[in-house]
Amino acid sequence: MKISLSRKSAIAIAAGALLLSGCSSSGDDSTSGAYAGPVGDTPGTINVLAWPGYAEDGSTDPAVDWVTPFETETGCTVNVKTYGTSDEAVQLMQSGGYDVVSASGDASLRLIFGEDLQPVNLDLIPNYVDVFDNLKDRPWNTIEGVNYGVPHGRGANVLQYTISKVKPAPDSWSVVWEPNSPLKGKITAYDSAIYIADAAVYLMSTKPELGITDPYALDSTQFEAAMELLKQQKPLVAEYWGDYTKYVAAVQAGSIVAGTSWQVIANVLNGEKATVGAVKPKEGATGWSDTWMISKNTESIDCAYKWLNWIVSPATNAQAAEYFGEAPANSKACALTASKTHCESYHADETEYWSDVYYWKTPTEACLDGRTDVKCIPYAEWVKAWSSFRNS
Amino acid sequence: MSLIESTQRYFHAHVRARIAVLLSAPVAWLGVLYIGSLAALFITSIWKIDTFTSKVVREFTLSNFIDVLTDKAYFNVTVRTVGVAIAVTIICAIIAIPMAFFIARVAKPQSRPVLIALVITPLWASYLVKIYAWRTMMAPDSGFLNWLISPLGLSSPGFGMVAVIIGLSYLWLPYMVLPIYAGMEKLPDSIIDASADLGAKPGRTFLKVILPLTWPAIIAGSLFTFSLSLGDYITVQILGGTFQMLGNVVYQNFALNLPFAAAVALIPVIVMIIYLASVRKTGALDNL
Repeated sequence: MKISLSRKSAIAIAAGALLLSGCSSSGDDSTSGAYAGPVGDTPGTINVLAWPGYAEDGSTDPAVDWVTPFETETGCTVNVKTYGTSDEAVQLMQSGGYDVVSASGDASLRLIFGEDLQPVNLDLIPNYVDVFDNLKDRPWNTIEGVNYGVPHGRGANVLQYTISKVKPAPDSWSVVWEPNSPLKGKITAYDSAIYIADAAVYLMSTKPELGITDPYALDSTQFEAAMELLKQQKPLVAEYWGDYTKYVAAVQAGSIVAGTSWQVIANVLNGEKATVGAVKPKEGATGWSDTWMISKNTESIDCAYKWLNWIVSPATNAQAAEYFGEAPANSKACALTASKTHCESYHADETEYWSDVYYWKTPTEACLDGRTDVKCIPYAEWVKAWSSFRNS
Repeated sequence: MSLIESTQRYFHAHVRARIAVLLSAPVAWLGVLYIGSLAALFITSIWKIDTFTSKVVREFTLSNFIDVLTDKAYFNVTVRTVGVAIAVTIICAIIAIPMAFFIARVAKPQSRPVLIALVITPLWASYLVKIYAWRTMMAPDSGFLNWLISPLGLSSPGFGMVAVIIGLSYLWLPYMVLPIYAGMEKLPDSIIDASADLGAKPGRTFLKVILPLTWPAIIAGSLFTFSLSLGDYITVQILGGTFQMLGNVVYQNFALNLPFAAAVALIPVIVMIIYLASVRKTGALDNL
């Protein structure tokens, strides 16, 4: 009896999904190679590759858990693996074994063109309709009209400072870049080639004559200038960070007092009492806009789709965005955050605020800012330059 | 006749089959896992990558080696790494020789097992725990070391090359003590007695008799400390601040440029081959 009931409900869900896809079908899903549906109830295991704070299962903080409710509701088992840089995410995805991934813009395209991902049939993700329009169909999640995932949220790489040690509170990146910085020897920087873009963002306002308009589209002169700035910064740096737990420990020990950070790191540090501040300085900042994507080789397609729908649902998206400290992707999440001003303080729907946040992208030889008279430095060269710089 | 019995009979009758079966596991280990992975490393280093997706493309190129050899940063990092490995080896030897001498020749025979056990106790704790403990101690301003030496008007060197050398010396010390202890214990008493009978003072006996005779054992210990230091990157990450060694170059590049990382990874292999070849004549390899 029980069996027939659950089978009936499965058929009902399948029919519902079919109906849904029938209603809003864009028509070309069959050609894009995306899963046609329906999303069934096959139990399975999905290995989730996520930024820290994106798929919390209670192991960081027992009160912070939106993975377990998903497992209870769907019967899918979830294993979470976190990573520290986009480069690490790309490498892990390429090595295989992960079903879904939260990828920033500098990882997503590499994964799509590396054929590690499958297109996503958004009709099978009912919560997608509530995603902010300015996050839909963007270059980092959609290629030639084919969608590769659902947006998770976005934020800026903030300047974090220890309140008791850095006075007055900084409003400019100059404290981490200028050789006469009073914080010399207690600065940190992000240990990835993409950090070169942070130097470019600073140069955009301090050396306008270089003509940088997009920190990911640097011609050789602009790139050299950014590398010079990084070399100038090196003596100030105590440690480069790639592992956020080590960062937290270093700030607690006082060996690092300022540097680029994520809001979630500041939130962890401020868990008991406010010890650090985090601002988006006046020069603007690099940032991220993240997308949940599905591996081409997943064996748990049902669970993968359910995960995407779950993570972008208003309630989960509110939890995750609030915990990480970023603007949620789902417009309905704003009503469900514990702090009612969360979306306001993270500027979730303010186009103005995001105008000087430069989302991580993968630099290519064809300049991303549209210039055609010069060649830009592609990411592989960024990586080489970064490796050489770090070991010089 | 049961299967077991028939198998036994077969192997009893066929000596070659017996040897083949007995050796298959070690040969598989050495040949496939060890030599095989080295070969894979070498082959990977002559491949290209797709510069956009970072995927390995199986086309021949020497550009990885050219990059390694022409960029001064990698020459410098090699020199730094070898320098750190030599420093760690010398520090370990300076500490280990008197320790091993005391345990092998001065301490009562019945207390030797206890002393040896004490030497290897640090190996029972996790590598990471020990290094994080050193991180706490070496922290600038707030660390234990800083507190200890600040009355002398000094301050902790903080994270960097010095911290890495101290951390690695601490980690690998037991690997130096044990072979030297074994070497000194083997020395016949009669040689030392003869030296004394011929009028040599203890210091002279130590320098002219004991040290030359235990030299192969010291070299054997240095093989451990040198090679372990050469390849380490975790200690460097935790204690090094912005300081980097060859292992870190490999770690930084393996995700984005595996062939280049493989080319860099061959440097410590080459350094080790040179080192092994140069110490072969000392007889150290018989002391391992």
